[in-house]
Amino acid sequence: MRFLFKGVDFFPHDTRWKIIERRYIFIGLSWVLAVLSAVLLMTRGLNYGVDFKGGSLIEVQAKSGGIDIGELRVRLDKLGIGDVQVQAVGTGNEALIRVAQQAPTKDLNEEKVQAAANEKVKGALGENIDVRRIEVVGPTVSAELKRTGVVAVIASMFGILLYVWFRFEWQFAVAAILALSHDVFITVGMFSLLWYEFDLSVVAAILTLAGYSINDTVVVFDRIRENLRRYKRMPLIELLNLSINETLSRTVLTSVTTALAVLALYIFGTAVIHGFSFAMLFGIVIGTYSSIFVAAPFLLLFGVKRDWSGSAVKSPSKSDAPGKGRRENVASK
Amino acid sequence: MLHFSRWKQIAIVLSVVLGVILAIPSFFAKETVASWPWFVPRAQINLGLDLRGGAHLLLSMETAEVRKDWLDTLREDARKRLRDAKIVVAGIGITNNALQVRVANPEDADAALKELKGLAQPTGNLIRGFSGTDLEVRKAEGGVIIITPTEAGLQHRITDAISAAIETVRRRVDFTGTTEAQIVRQGSDRILVQVPGLLETAPLKELIGKTARLTFHEVHPTISAEEAKRTRPPAGYRIYPGSDREEGDQLLRETPVVRGDELKSAQAAFDSQTHEPIIAFTFNGSGARKFGEFTKTHVGRPFAIVLDDKVISAPVIRDAILGGSGQISGNFTVETANQLAIQLRSGALPAKLTVIEERVVGASLGQDSIEAGKVSAAIGGIAVASFMIFAYGLLGVFAVVGATIHIIFVLAIMAVIGSTMTLPGIAGIVLTIGMAVDANVLINERIREELRGGRTPISAIETGFTRAYGTIIDSQLTTFIAGLVMFWLGSGPIRGFAVTLTLGIMTTVYTAFTIARLLVVWWLEAQRTRKVEPPLAFKPSTSLKSGSVRP
Repeated sequence: MRFLFKGVDFFPHDTRWKIIERRYIFIGLSWVLAVLSAVLLMTRGLNYGVDFKGGSLIEVQAKSGGIDIGELRVRLDKLGIGDVQVQAVGTGNEALIRVAQQAPTKDLNEEKVQAAANEKVKGALGENIDVRRIEVVGPTVSAELKRTGVVAVIASMFGILLYVWFRFEWQFAVAAILALSHDVFITVGMFSLLWYEFDLSVVAAILTLAGYSINDTVVVFDRIRENLRRYKRMPLIELLNLSINETLSRTVLTSVTTALAVLALYIFGTAVIHGFSFAMLFGIVIGTYSSIFVAAPFLLLFGVKRDWSGSAVKSPSKSDAPGKGRRENVASK
Repeated sequence: MLHFSRWKQIAIVLSVVLGVILAIPSFFAKETVASWPWFVPRAQINLGLDLRGGAHLLLSMETAEVRKDWLDTLREDARKRLRDAKIVVAGIGITNNALQVRVANPEDADAALKELKGLAQPTGNLIRGFSGTDLEVRKAEGGVIIITPTEAGLQHRITDAISAAIETVRRRVDFTGTTEAQIVRQGSDRILVQVPGLLETAPLKELIGKTARLTFHEVHPTISAEEAKRTRPPAGYRIYPGSDREEGDQLLRETPVVRGDELKSAQAAFDSQTHEPIIAFTFNGSGARKFGEFTKTHVGRPFAIVLDDKVISAPVIRDAILGGSGQISGNFTVETANQLAIQLRSGALPAKLTVIEERVVGASLGQDSIEAGKVSAAIGGIAVASFMIFAYGLLGVFAVVGATIHIIFVLAIMAVIGSTMTLPGIAGIVLTIGMAVDANVLINERIREELRGGRTPISAIETGFTRAYGTIIDSQLTTFIAGLVMFWLGSGPIRGFAVTLTLGIMTTVYTAFTIARLLVVWWLEAQRTRKVEPPLAFKPSTSLKSGSVRP
């Protein structure tokens, strides 16, 4: 077994990018994005899907040939069931039809009146178009889903906050949550900007994203803690910078592998999980960004405990530290 | 970190073998698996409705109706109790979700209070140790006694009603010939109905959406509904609307003679003379007796057949009906007669059910989703594998083997615990392929760093695994927390995603720390020398050249 492929060490190491020194640029950029998201959410809002808005979603497919979306739209508009949106999906032979929540009449309750509207749409589709999926969500359920969605995001953030607090110090926990809220907020803002449909699966993506984007942050924090034990006298700003640079390959490469998998979902997945994979993909990018450029500067702002000698986790013995001379050299530069 | 005892190695290999064996059945058709011998595991992953196609209906019960029914029954019970105790009642009525009883003689109020308190029943909750009564009975001014249902009592009634409704819905769905329907309670007042393969839900909704409470009432002998509308209906009587134009409103005694739950059978049939569709029914013993007695004393007078508080017909009794069988006619088509017969046979629902959420997926879309899921899993897997092998060579191959075993484990566990695979669930698996190798990226990058720091290969590998361990646990646990929250939030598909995500995180940690490490150990053993060459390419540290001063 003489031949051994060892892989390619393509990622630059030993970088000493002055990320913390330039923190105002990144924090400024994040603020701009966050404010833009806030403005978008306040003025434009979100394109809620049936899960949160109520009403019905009908996915149709042509048996042969394509679907003339414009013509179908005209036909459905004539039905007198209020706002009907028609959107082409897939390769041109599929479409999504959204029927707004119908107001109950004297004789028909919400359920019956919505069912009647759906029947009208089905009747107007014609011979060549098949119904593949129908989702009808009543107003009670949509209000409930909205509430549970918000509660779930807050609950998982709180759980993560507690965990990071338990494993690190409160400064780390708060910095992690701020970075996380930043990721979630800007991702939601992106959905408003692109007017992508915001449904339950997107909320699931955001929850996953919350758990995942913290991974990179934890990798950086772990290294900061390790370095805090090793270099007791290094100025915090330098120590943070060193830790970020040392873990850069890890932070980026772990995101790359996950992004590759999600990209496959985004490209080859069906319409049902398009929003989900987009949220994940965008979230991975913004999460990696915030782990590098946002979380650590917050630590600088809050300050951290410098004396870790009494810590329960045994610090590695000094002589054991790799490249000891070199690192102290840098530290004393 | 680089030592495995012999038995540990065997245990790890066995776990993989077991995983493969348990995952295999899910790759075969159900029929094929059924023919396998008994000692082969046969548990398969269930496909969710979004993948196999079918209808998902969430029904909500009108709890106000349950309360109203309860109050109606209470009114009858209160009236009877006071009559038995010889206390004269001046008025009895339902206001503000409470029953108000006014006794004619205020001196009787205390005796009446004592009697009515007997209506209350204890409600207990064994688990919470809570106990109380289902009614609150108190005395108000002027000989009025107010009976209010308590929240606990109402909840108890709703729980019972939902259980009864689930049974009724199951019978009705069964009558349609559907075999695989799942009907389960959701929350306190909801029922989830899942029917695989069903695309057209309108008939099913029609069937389960009707209460189908059938009652037989006495018609007021002298006052017509029209007259009663002008004045007030006499005590104990109420105006029931007619079901359609042909059948007018009727003034009926509120307490029915016989109820639908005393029916023994109901069949759709045709009337022998008019050839119209009708429903032929038979009462059970007590029903037949009551009906017989009533018809014997009311020959020549009309009685009303009422369905869901609407009069469907009001025939005149020609003879005493003693055999306990009869027929209902009333503008039925063959279809509606059949439907009503099914509804009557399966019994009345305790309260009306409304569909508040409906998701229907056609089988072809489900098949497309499975295909799309397979394609994205394959391509995502190949992309991730190529990347890992490119970046880490042999250690990358180990990571890919670990990730493959991770997928096998997830499938095996899902089959064993009988969880359901949904489209978001597939997305979760594809996502965890990317996440699975994250642990290996962390380990390998650490090994590289240690190699750059000048460690020997074995020492670098050893340190790499040890140091990366804490980081990996920390980072995976946060995603795990989010997964748990999702499981709690989730309805159907989202829960499927939460399942694969949380399972995937657990197996990821296992494969990264046992499988990948064991493979490294085997590789080291195969070298048969202590002078192992570094398994990873690494650029020597450049920072020394970059202007810093040597000590």
